[in-house]
Amino acid sequence: MSGTFLGTPAFPAAARAALEDSQLRRNLAHATSTIRTKRGNVVGEVDDWEQLRLAGEAIKNRVLRHLPDYLEQLERSLTAAGATVHWARDAAEANAVVVDIARRHGTDEVVKVKSMATQEIDLNSALEAAGIHAWETDLAELIVQLGDDLPSHILVPAIHRNRAEIREIFLREMGRAGRAAPADLTDEPARLAAAAREHLREKFLRAKVAVSGANFAVAETGTLTVVESEGNGRMCLTLPEVLVSVVGIEKVLPTFQDLDVMLQLLPRSSTGERMNPYTSTWTGVTPGDGPQEVHVVLLDNGRTDVLADPTGRQALRCIRCSACLNVCPVYERTGGHAYGSVYPGPIGAILTPQLRGVGTDPQTDSLPYASSLCGACFEVCPVRIDIPEVLVHLRAEVVDAHRKASRVPSVQDVAMKAASWTLSSAARTGAAERVAGIGGKLAGRLGRTAPGGRSILGAVPGPASAWSDSRDVPVPAAESFREWWTRTDGGRSRSDNTDGGRSRSDNTDGGRRNGDGA
Amino acid sequence: MPIPRPRVGLMVTCLNDALFPDTGRAVVSLLRRLGVDVEFPAAQTCCGQPMVNTGYLDEAVPLVRNHLDAFAGYDAILAPSGSCAGSVRHQHGLVARRSGDPGLIRGVESAPPVYELSEYLVDVLGVVDVGAYFPHRVTYHPTCHSLRMLGVGDRPTRLLRAVRGLTLLDLPGSGECCGFGGTFAVKNSETSIAMGNDKARHVRSTGAEVLVAGDNSCLMHVGGLLSRQRSGMRVMHLAEVLAQTEPVVERRTERAADPTSVGSAVPDATTEAVR
Repeated sequence: MSGTFLGTPAFPAAARAALEDSQLRRNLAHATSTIRTKRGNVVGEVDDWEQLRLAGEAIKNRVLRHLPDYLEQLERSLTAAGATVHWARDAAEANAVVVDIARRHGTDEVVKVKSMATQEIDLNSALEAAGIHAWETDLAELIVQLGDDLPSHILVPAIHRNRAEIREIFLREMGRAGRAAPADLTDEPARLAAAAREHLREKFLRAKVAVSGANFAVAETGTLTVVESEGNGRMCLTLPEVLVSVVGIEKVLPTFQDLDVMLQLLPRSSTGERMNPYTSTWTGVTPGDGPQEVHVVLLDNGRTDVLADPTGRQALRCIRCSACLNVCPVYERTGGHAYGSVYPGPIGAILTPQLRGVGTDPQTDSLPYASSLCGACFEVCPVRIDIPEVLVHLRAEVVDAHRKASRVPSVQDVAMKAASWTLSSAARTGAAERVAGIGGKLAGRLGRTAPGGRSILGAVPGPASAWSDSRDVPVPAAESFREWWTRTDGGRSRSDNTDGGRSRSDNTDGGRRNGDGA
Repeated sequence: MPIPRPRVGLMVTCLNDALFPDTGRAVVSLLRRLGVDVEFPAAQTCCGQPMVNTGYLDEAVPLVRNHLDAFAGYDAILAPSGSCAGSVRHQHGLVARRSGDPGLIRGVESAPPVYELSEYLVDVLGVVDVGAYFPHRVTYHPTCHSLRMLGVGDRPTRLLRAVRGLTLLDLPGSGECCGFGGTFAVKNSETSIAMGNDKARHVRSTGAEVLVAGDNSCLMHVGGLLSRQRSGMRVMHLAEVLAQTEPVVERRTERAADPTSVGSAVPDATTEAVR
């Protein structure tokens, strides 16, 4: 029932398709700007927000420095509390554990709490292959699952859908998966939520096995935490007899007190709320209350490789708040599907290539370049992941991997080498500028004049078209700054002056005429 | 004994050198007016940011070395670009560390401090009113690297507000990236253009005549879109605006027609009427 990101084209091509979808553009722009504003307001009212961010960063760094110790402590605490701990090196191992547990209980269905880790390992497909239905119970995940769609946002997986589309999906698909939507369903949010509630309630009451992730796992107590807004998670975590939680190994926190910092950072950064509506914590098995069989699958799936990279490992601090997605100008325009990954947006662009490894496929290698390096993501990150730094670092890894893999240098390799050679000497740079200046003089005759008087060119064929199809091109200056400095002794000689260009006779004047910008 | 004057090196940047020399001349003119005899170390070329941001850190090594040689002995470096100043400040160390050359690492650590133009004017010279005159409606786009990498804050707008005759109009969504992003503009040109078009739409909505920024790279991108759209809007580097002074007008009629300043040119009323 769930789609897969396999076969997604590289980012530029996938982005092009998304950019042409004006419905998608409108849905995304509306949703991201709403959530950005909410976040901005609730973060703005916290006086010690920067201190909280620093604390969050420090806690996560401590976890990463001593990860094996905290994980072993977590295992001991969980076992003492009656839970069963499983270690999974990769997706296949984790999926096998969950399938096995479901089979042992003779069930053909599980209810699921929204979880990125289970998305990452594509657990639903593995369960489906074993004849077990995995019912997503988070409203947005339900919309995605019913629509045979893919999530496009970490927190709001159906952010790309508007309510009219949701109504249509519910009417068309709900009946096939269980209780049908009422025939007179409208696109009012309350009516849509009510339809989902009716549909899901049957599943909550019937299911024997629930699957969740965890936002945090406290090593000292063995306490797992799920933070959510709808209460569907609470249903899954309390009603079924068996609970299996798939938890990335970086989710561990040393002490219960560390939750204090994280539970302040996470809701404000993610949903723009001061506090999230449902915070569920559970510690192994509580006799007579809730699931009586509790499993925890500690998932690596590439995380130790990320940990081995001193620059890249900061991505493991991520608490999946998705603030970086909501402020990213690239994400806002392309949406999450263009990233071809469970983790979209800026964090996806640094996490996915690290989890998958660079130099293996062009789609993954396109992700570190899917950013203008504007830095908005770093600014909002509650655990201060310097995403632009990691993006640049990964670009270097991509370049290195390609150089190692192929003896024939790419066009880009040659261009960068040539640029490096030219630009590492002032004499060579000057010579190149003189050639460009001659070209500029010729081109100036073909071009037109922009407001302010400078010569520009319109659409240019060939490799320059990626720039010039939509943007006019400035014509290289007939005289470079360097030449001007030499000719006029830095403007000191009488042949020129440096009054801001007002009295120069060429056409690059700065403000001689008024109103010339109108 | 007179205190030796600090030697300030102008890092004009490769883009300004080849494509926007007026910006470099404007910086020279502005600083001379403020009593700083800025020098142009002729050995300079490019900070290496295009290589670093595309993943070619090894190719950036000779450029970093060249930068260090060119500006050796200067007390300060002044760059009319938030992006290039940011690259020198934050990326040269990265390039040097990756090269593993201890000499290069030491060189970067002991290099003269680099200032973006508005930082140099406000923090080092301590001026906000630079004596400029520019009787136009202007909107200002804070470029990402000056805003977030350097944190220049409100320095550029303080400088602009002090310009006589200038009306500064708020730009909606000003903190959002214009979509240039170096090689991003070509590698992901459709996304870059989508971002740029939204920026251009916001810029046009202000009713300004001129879009001002501290980076000609971003202005080349947004300006290229604005001129392709035949918007009639002009883009100018902050330095070019700050370099403007009141022109000496000889014709008596023009002087009399100007309500804002004696001796200046006639402010344009038609643009007001059009909007």
